[in-house]
Amino acid sequence: MDITVNILLTIATAATPLLIAAIGELVVERSGVLNLGVEGMMIMGAVGGFGATYLTGSPWIGLLAAIAMGAMFSLLFAVMTLSLATNQVATGLSLTLLGLGLSGMMGTSFVGQPGERLPNLDIPGLTEIPVVGRLLFGQDPIFYISIALTAAVMWFLFKTRTGLTLRSIGDSHTSAHALGIKVIRYRYLAVIFGGACAGLAGGHLSLVYTPQWVENMSAGRGWIALALVVFASWRPWRVLAGAYIFGAVWIGQLHAQAFGIPVPSQFLSSLPYLATVVVLVLISRNKRLTMMNTPASLGQPFVPDR
Amino acid sequence: MMRLELVKRPQRSMLFSALSPFIAFALTIIAGAVMFALLGVNPLTAFNIYFIEPISQIWQLHELAIKAAPLILIAVGLSVCYKANIWNIGAEGQFILGGIVGSMLPVLFPQFEGPLVLPLMLLLGMVGGAAYAAIPALLKTRFGTNEILTSLMLVYVAQLFLDWLVRGPWRDPQGHGFPQTIQFNDSAVLPELMPDAGRANWGFVFALVAAVLVWILMSRMLKGFEVRVLGSSPRAGRFAGFGLNRMVFFAFLLSGALAGLAGISEVSGAIGQLQPVISPGYGFTAIIVAFLGRLNPLGIVAAGLVLALTYLGGEAVQSALGISDKVARVFQGMLLFFVLGCDTLIHYRIRLVGLALTKPEGVAKLEAAPKLKEAR
Repeated sequence: MDITVNILLTIATAATPLLIAAIGELVVERSGVLNLGVEGMMIMGAVGGFGATYLTGSPWIGLLAAIAMGAMFSLLFAVMTLSLATNQVATGLSLTLLGLGLSGMMGTSFVGQPGERLPNLDIPGLTEIPVVGRLLFGQDPIFYISIALTAAVMWFLFKTRTGLTLRSIGDSHTSAHALGIKVIRYRYLAVIFGGACAGLAGGHLSLVYTPQWVENMSAGRGWIALALVVFASWRPWRVLAGAYIFGAVWIGQLHAQAFGIPVPSQFLSSLPYLATVVVLVLISRNKRLTMMNTPASLGQPFVPDR
Repeated sequence: MMRLELVKRPQRSMLFSALSPFIAFALTIIAGAVMFALLGVNPLTAFNIYFIEPISQIWQLHELAIKAAPLILIAVGLSVCYKANIWNIGAEGQFILGGIVGSMLPVLFPQFEGPLVLPLMLLLGMVGGAAYAAIPALLKTRFGTNEILTSLMLVYVAQLFLDWLVRGPWRDPQGHGFPQTIQFNDSAVLPELMPDAGRANWGFVFALVAAVLVWILMSRMLKGFEVRVLGSSPRAGRFAGFGLNRMVFFAFLLSGALAGLAGISEVSGAIGQLQPVISPGYGFTAIIVAFLGRLNPLGIVAAGLVLALTYLGGEAVQSALGISDKVARVFQGMLLFFVLGCDTLIHYRIRLVGLALTKPEGVAKLEAAPKLKEAR
């Protein structure tokens, strides 16, 4: 029983950064913007979170720094694609490249330094309940944020007027603009929200998952988060499901390596990436589902005319 | 409070089209100066070490050519993809696969020597890169799967596969346990161009030839026209009878083959054996090269040399000033940012607008619109 609980806990830990980054990107893409810089914003969040914790000694300040770092970094993307109408694919890529370089440079002195882990929730009386206690009341704080965030985004997108407006912008920025909606302003906010989420996801990596700084520690998770959004056909609850499936794959291959299954470890390590490809193929085969849900103006630059 | 406003030019500005890479480079230098100052280094000293010293002697120019060759080869292929609006960002993986498949000959048949070895290796490398690039192309044309994500995911798979090969079945049994293959025999090593002057090898010649050939293809042949039409207007391309699916395969296979050629040239020329890591991110840096070169093969040659210099400069400041060589990646990223930003100037004029000023006519009309609706 204990082993099952432990496995479930590690799956949740592996799934949380994917979930947060993907939920943020989902909002961005629902507004019609494709930000391929998730990996870069995530790694910036990771280095910012670790750095602030290292300097102040408080992982909570680290957490805030991770969010701020991701948001600030995404602002760069927003100015380029929204104010200067640059190509979103190329700009997103350059955000990732810049983030990987900048984080490596900023983190040089953090390599090998001990980190501080965000403490798990511990409610006397509740956390000790067998089995469900630790699952429900004993996880890291970012896990709870991720679940709350998913619910909040679901409610925001489908139950509020602002959410409806955001989705309408994603489907047709020209019509939205003609109705007097401030397309660019909405998109700025969406992109910054996505950046803050990616930063938080990165903070989870360097403050909870492996509390230390390792270069390129995001290891493609930002890209997997992007794939998750497509896999989920832009629906929050499916992002949640997808993130946990991928978390399970990630943990599964680690356990398989630990148990010494006679398969080279490199093959097991490549499973999450191969699974991403397979899942993308499966989902894109269903043309109707993808067509119906893809924000129609996704990735197209918008320059308001007068 | 100020706000940027883009005003569409009646036609693309030839001036900014030519100037934008230079403006971008100048802006990168300024931003770099700020960065060095923040790191507590005199920017002038740093720039001297970064941009001037690494190319002040002949042998160093050879090193520049070694770094530039793979960048140019890959970027030339990518430029065709991006012109066609097809997003192959997995060139790093195709580079690795080219290196692996091309190395099959010297690693598995080390006793096979002679003048045939090298051409066969290069051919195998191109086939390997093209075959790996065919996967995202097939998935895109057959199932409509997004090629950005699939081509990128395959990079990680290729890296892990290479790691397994050189630690497992292909490891040199006499290598004292080091994760590397045997040293290639002499007939499997790409010859140096001028062995007396420096290490530059034939890879650089391949890069120049590829750039010229692709330039002819893009500017003088029907296929190049097809690429441009399908890239700027798929609908118009369909009416003209150009097949989008065929184009996806063409672009991926071409760029994959060139990345594969770059991979095997690097392995057999600069390294001489397979190692767990054979590329300092050439496949990704080549994306920057392609854009800095304005997706024009001849511009890419120049851009490739510039980006190669950022690698050398990164190594130089690391050894001279103790700054992380990641500074190279930062320079490369900034350069791409500024290039993309400056490209906006080709199609738009930028106006700074104060928010407090009188509203343009259109905005006033729009703001009046909801009121009209209410009145009705």
